[in-house]
Amino acid sequence: MNSRFVRIAETDRIAVEIRIDGEPAQTLAGDTLLVALLMNGRRVRDSEFGDGPRAGFCLMGACQDCWVWTESGARLRACSTPVQAGMSVLTRPPPALWPITPDLRESLGADSAPAP
Amino acid sequence: MNQAPRIVIVGAGPAGVRAAQALVEAGVRPILVDEGQRDGGQIYRRQPAGFRRSYAKIYGSEAAKAAALHSSFDTLRERVDYRDRTLAWNVTANALHTTRDGTAVTLPFDALIVCAGATDRLMPLPGWQRAGCYSLGAAQIALKAQACAIGTRTVFLGSGPLLYLVASQYLRAGANVAAVLDTAPAAGARAALAILRARPRLALRGLGMMWSLRRAGVPVLQGVRPLAIDGDTARGVSSVRVLDGRGHERCFEADAVALGWHLRPETQLADLARCEFDFEPASRQWLPRIDADGRSSTKGIYLAGDGTRILGADGAEAAGRLAALAAMVDLGHASGAQSYANEAAQLRHALRTMDRFRAGLVQAFPWPHEHAASLPDETVVCRCETVTAGELRRCVNELGSRELNRAKAFSRVGMGRCQGRYCGHAGAEIVAAAAGVSIESVGRLRAQAPVKPLLMNTPEVEG
Repeated sequence: MNSRFVRIAETDRIAVEIRIDGEPAQTLAGDTLLVALLMNGRRVRDSEFGDGPRAGFCLMGACQDCWVWTESGARLRACSTPVQAGMSVLTRPPPALWPITPDLRESLGADSAPAP
Repeated sequence: MNQAPRIVIVGAGPAGVRAAQALVEAGVRPILVDEGQRDGGQIYRRQPAGFRRSYAKIYGSEAAKAAALHSSFDTLRERVDYRDRTLAWNVTANALHTTRDGTAVTLPFDALIVCAGATDRLMPLPGWQRAGCYSLGAAQIALKAQACAIGTRTVFLGSGPLLYLVASQYLRAGANVAAVLDTAPAAGARAALAILRARPRLALRGLGMMWSLRRAGVPVLQGVRPLAIDGDTARGVSSVRVLDGRGHERCFEADAVALGWHLRPETQLADLARCEFDFEPASRQWLPRIDADGRSSTKGIYLAGDGTRILGADGAEAAGRLAALAAMVDLGHASGAQSYANEAAQLRHALRTMDRFRAGLVQAFPWPHEHAASLPDETVVCRCETVTAGELRRCVNELGSRELNRAKAFSRVGMGRCQGRYCGHAGAEIVAAAAGVSIESVGRLRAQAPVKPLLMNTPEVEG
């Protein structure tokens, strides 16, 4: 598993199924959405200004660098949102609902853009 | 007074909980507004339901204090109007504006006690926008509240007590600590003496952490000059480069960096309440003006805890209680006034000792302002909107911005979603150096409501 965070303890909690960018993913009850994303990958979102992936920064609701989307286009701050079974989140703006910035479009078009 | 006083507290950390306790003891039922899922604030943040680690495991030497604060809150729970997951986003004349789950609620008050806590004080570095770079506080929250390390190999870079505390917490939890890199030189004799005199046990605990890190074979470098956080778009952080104390370049491989230079108070609500601020030369920052009891310059607004002065959790507990007692005196509340008469002198004395300790820490772990002022032009200063130091300097050199809010208007440094929390202090240093003026004269970023993002369609109700 290519995850960014490393679990140190509390690993015997109940598993919870969510969806990240349409793919099924497993996480643990009590995780924040940010931890769920970083146990299932190495990024949370992309900078709208084209400088690449972001993976959160402050984890205390101050920096606002971990906002993701629900499929209906609502936004969630990943560090302060507990996971719930069945939750489905998108780490890139839902195309029909949110305009994509030119910088982000360019950076996603580049070869260096990682798979979500 | 005839009616029960309406007292609102912001923040359920050590200061807010002790303020609430003082009010409840005097028969007042305060409203306690808290952004957290649970009480405890950041320092004594409670782990989610279903986690089983002991207090000793999570809070180490502070376990008893954390347990005491949580148990006080649990006892108070039914006697305060506790509003969790609630953002206080503006203050107008005698009203606090809050929002919870997409609904805004206005809370009129006779007294407002702001215990908003602190965030990490950050200095940008080339590459700090890469995935895998976190604030020191974030590294600690990942461990305390989620039982996670922020990477497989973490470099701790910055200065201040939290640097050594979090690194040693990672080490004890079994995480891999690649290095601890402190920009402060080995503590000057005078600063060390001031710290030892003020709070000897705490100072010795700090030295113990440093020794235990070294004993475990972790490179601990003091007096470093940070150069860059290297990496690439696909992987994020891959290494950290610094100049060591002798000017030699050192590179430490890591997939995570925890970055921070001590803490900065969250003063936005005080600013919106039009409290006066004073410049503190030693720490090179603006702090809200308070009297010995925590009264601000605005009538009815009281400030306590790390949101006002970084005294740590013990100081916050004392300041929260004292501010609440002072508020009751000012509102003519008899039993509150009696407690104030009994306790104020002792609480003030404790706070003075802690403030001497704070002054020692500021001296021992200085904010490396000269590094911030001389950051390379290509350094991203504003992480929110990817604005570089060069662009900020251009606003000074070509557009004549010699004041921080002016520079913000032109460059957008300080205008992004974090609202200057993470770029503001370094931005001020860059503007001051480029303009050739004192840091004091560039001023401070003015707080703007909402202090954090709100939904545009938030309906507002009263009560």
